[in-house]
Amino acid sequence: MPPVVSISNLNKIYDSGFQALSNINLDINRGEIIALLGPNGAGKTTLISIICGIVNASSGAIIVDGFDTQTEYRKTRGKIGLVPQELTSDAFSTVWNTVTFSRGLFGKEPNPSVIEKILRDLSLWDKKDNMMMTLSGGMKRRVLIAKALSHEPEILFLDEPTAGVDVELRKDMWRVINRLRDSGVTIILTTHYIEEAEEIADRIGIISNGEIILVEEKDILIKQLGKKCITLKLQNKLDAIPEDLNQYELELSQDGRELSYTFNTTTTITPSVNNNDPSSNIATLIDKLSSNNIHFNDIDTKQSSLEEIFVELVANSKTNSNYMSKHQKKTLQEQQ
Amino acid sequence: MNYYAIKAIYTFEMARTWRTLLQSIVAPIISTSLYFIVFGSAIGSRIDEIDGIPYGSFIVPGLLMLSLLTQSIANASFGIFFPKFSGTIYEVLSAPVSSREIVLGYVGAATSKSLLVGIIILATAGLFVPLQIAHPLAMLFFLVMTCITFSLLGFIIGIWADNFEKLQLIPSLVVTPLVFLGGSFYSINMLPSFWQSVTLFNPVVYLISGFRWSFYGVADVNVGISIAMTLFFLCLASFIVWRIFKTGYQLRK
Ligand SMILES: Nc1ncnc2c1ncn2[C@@H]1O[C@H](COP(=O)(O)OP(=O)(O)OP(=O)(O)O)[C@@H](O)[C@H]1O
Ligand SMILES: [Mg+2]
Repeated sequence: MPPVVSISNLNKIYDSGFQALSNINLDINRGEIIALLGPNGAGKTTLISIICGIVNASSGAIIVDGFDTQTEYRKTRGKIGLVPQELTSDAFSTVWNTVTFSRGLFGKEPNPSVIEKILRDLSLWDKKDNMMMTLSGGMKRRVLIAKALSHEPEILFLDEPTAGVDVELRKDMWRVINRLRDSGVTIILTTHYIEEAEEIADRIGIISNGEIILVEEKDILIKQLGKKCITLKLQNKLDAIPEDLNQYELELSQDGRELSYTFNTTTTITPSVNNNDPSSNIATLIDKLSSNNIHFNDIDTKQSSLEEIFVELVANSKTNSNYMSKHQKKTLQEQQ
Repeated sequence: MNYYAIKAIYTFEMARTWRTLLQSIVAPIISTSLYFIVFGSAIGSRIDEIDGIPYGSFIVPGLLMLSLLTQSIANASFGIFFPKFSGTIYEVLSAPVSSREIVLGYVGAATSKSLLVGIIILATAGLFVPLQIAHPLAMLFFLVMTCITFSLLGFIIGIWADNFEKLQLIPSLVVTPLVFLGGSFYSINMLPSFWQSVTLFNPVVYLISGFRWSFYGVADVNVGISIAMTLFFLCLASFIVWRIFKTGYQLRK
């Protein structure tokens, strides 16, 4: 199936001379939820704004459902809904009017029942006659979603949909997003909450300094890049790590009370991989510890989250512009 | 053509008018009445007639022009400036609408509102002084053309302005003086001949003169020239708007 959005060689240089995007290539699959992660100023909003027609690209092409966003903007924009990062709304309009306005703006015939359904789905129905300025931030965000859905788009862009939204409402938002995906809408969202990407995305793209440094299926990403860390609380203070434990990358805390062992989950959890490599075997490590007379009274284990993967990747891309993970190479090969 | 979009923008802008009824409709009525009290009664009692027209009646076309110009510019400039300022413009920019449709929506609404204000002022004026409209069609022509042209100008200002100060700059520093010096309250024939020639560089003179002709059949400049100039201003304003969108100036970064 051809991608629903296809971005090729996209560059953006703002009037100030600042290059916000460098040679972006990205395909978005129909029906997926893709999360774009990246630090502040990475270029997420710029990328979305160009696809939606708010910002002009400096070069490159974007094809939406087979149509060019430049030459056939009516077709492409009609298929897209956008929930912007900033909570902007016309303070004096009622919820009903502002959503109706959006539908009209996108060239759809009036249809009160569609709008009613959208408002009900977003639990906004009882607020329909309220003025925008009387709504709370979370409610305003919902209205912006309602506006973006008013013309029944096939593709929905959500620029930090859950920024400043409490846990309850965030979970609610995730439900809304999942429901939309189930109804066939392709969803592109940006977020700073890694757990959000972990929770709802099918694929994850990481942007840093205007470049896409990685695009990968979420599950693969977590599995391949995931690390596990075991921390042992030692019974007795240890001064140095015994020599015959050197093969394990152990780390001793400063007070000599904690010993941590970090390993890649792919080499340890899957028994078939490196099965006979003793360095990957926790059981042998523990045997060796006791044979060295090192005893512990507590164990703490931690699976590295997407957050750590993310921080690591971004840090790498900053210190070494040639950095490219093997997964990234793989993704690129797949794309070619 | 995305007619639903034009209608949506137009309806939205008109809703703003009704919401700010006091400011948009009552204010012009009050200021017009004040002009009549000050100019019509206080000064008018000392000036009998100009070109055979009682002073109070003589100033009606000029007063109307003053309101039409300031209202058109204010409405249209604010209409497009405010979404830019508040950020809601994102929606218009991301919608499947052409620049022409955007202009039709915003400028159409500003024009309608000015027309409405014009009619209300005319009716108010009728309460103070005897009115007569010698050439109703010409009157309508000048009325509508002026509203459209200056709404376009307001739209240009609204796009150009990136702060509230710039929004006020041209109306208060350029347009209002031009209207006052353009023969709203006097006939330019009353000026020394040197100043009469200088005044002809003031575009508003042609509008006021033509407009007054449509009421009383007397004009400072030939009405044909007034009509030609009016059309020229409309074309000029349309051209500038077209250029703005061609270059994406200030709307899309
Ligand atoms: N109009 C503009 N003119 C010049 N530079 C701009 C403009 N808009 C954005 N930038 C710059 O482009 C870069 C990318 O901005 P963008 O808003 O796309 O980042 P982002 O990834 O969305 O960040 P955040 O997570 O903070 O929302 C930033 O360095 C920003 O300062
Ligand atoms: Mg952003």
